Amino acid sequence: MELVERLLNGDKRAAAKLISLVENEDREAAEVLRELYQHTGNTHIVGITGPPGVGKSSLVYELTKVLRKKGKKVGIVAIDPTSRFTGGAILGDRIRMTELSTDEGVFMRSMGTRGHHGGIAKATTEAAIVLDAMGMDVVFVETVGAGQSQSMIWECVHTSILVEMPGMGDEIQALKAGILEIGDIFVVNKGDMEGTDQLVKELESVAEYKAMEQEWKPPVHVTIATEGKGTDEVVSSIEDHLEYLKESGEYQKREEERTKGEFTRIVQDLLLKKAFAGERSKKFDQLLKEIIEKKTDPFTAAEKLLEE
Amino acid sequence: MKKIRVLIAKPGLDGHDRGAKVVARALRDAGMEVIYTGLHQTPEMIVEAAIQEDVDVVGLSCLSGAHMTLFPRVVELLREKGAGDILVTAGGIIPDEDVPKLKEAGIAAAFGPGTSLEEIIEFHKKNAGK
Repeated sequence: MELVERLLNGDKRAAAKLISLVENEDREAAEVLRELYQHTGNTHIVGITGPPGVGKSSLVYELTKVLRKKGKKVGIVAIDPTSRFTGGAILGDRIRMTELSTDEGVFMRSMGTRGHHGGIAKATTEAAIVLDAMGMDVVFVETVGAGQSQSMIWECVHTSILVEMPGMGDEIQALKAGILEIGDIFVVNKGDMEGTDQLVKELESVAEYKAMEQEWKPPVHVTIATEGKGTDEVVSSIEDHLEYLKESGEYQKREEERTKGEFTRIVQDLLLKKAFAGERSKKFDQLLKEIIEKKTDPFTAAEKLLEE
Repeated sequence: MKKIRVLIAKPGLDGHDRGAKVVARALRDAGMEVIYTGLHQTPEMIVEAAIQEDVDVVGLSCLSGAHMTLFPRVVELLREKGAGDILVTAGGIIPDEDVPKLKEAGIAAAFGPGTSLEEIIEFHKKNAGK
């Protein structure tokens, strides 16, 4: 395929078109990914997650600048929410990264979640595959502003960075399951605000717990992303983490987890599509009506729908 | 499924982006994916963003009076980069007599003050993504 050829030569338009193909679930998408797959596996995929407004985009921008100075090529996939009602989306992550637009060694793409849950878009992994094949050294995946349970990013990346800011919760938040469990690196952004020290202590205690279960103890960094403060240290930790993954054999394990997650999602999608395709969509409407009229219950109806 | 993708960009030095944001929101509510670049963009930045985001339309808004320089430059750069199929539309304070000249320079449509949001949405639905 011509687009694939062009992508492998670093053509940005081709990369953009290929990402659209996989995002739109075009018929050619599977073919494209099949061709690309053999050219992947050389990129360090780094997830950035955290609540809305903590400064994820600004941090990605600054981290990218640091990596560019080291001569690394960087891909960015930034995800914003799609409206559940209209299907539309405002994708605003570029606003914080405008200066990267014209940098030869950076490719940035915004994506809407398009109904996908877990804080990422359905085609996030596929977009990362395209950027991997394009020869990016590092690919950042920035999730939507994530709450407590949107931890799906973990399944798509090698290293995940959790960004928090002071003043958003108390100690008990750190004990809950969910997003705090996934960070390999913790960042306290807006580190000139009151409450920074307290938050650092809380995250350090989370890191201590994690260190009891695994060799890697998540470092806690304080940054002021808009001023570029503390970002060199975060980049060092990103590099350290990759080294740790490779030396400990954890890298292989994560690759397997990632592949399993990807494969599972593809199977689920296919099943879903089949469940609602053709005759079934009529049957669905009919069963829905019966449930609303209390003639049946959703559990029985679901079994019935999926009967051959 | 294909969605219409639109880049709304503010070339030039004015800081008035209310109009651009209103249009961005209207297109979002019409089911499109709208990438907003923020203020003070150079034509080079806009064109790179349009290519990387694989948009169908670039909507330019300028209220400083520099549209006759900046808008045609965006069209020119897109064509240079082999992305001349991306439509470029114009918004902001554009005197009537400039509209034919902009169209000659390759601007697909001009939406001056008083244009209804319906008209803008219709244009995108009819012309984008072909």
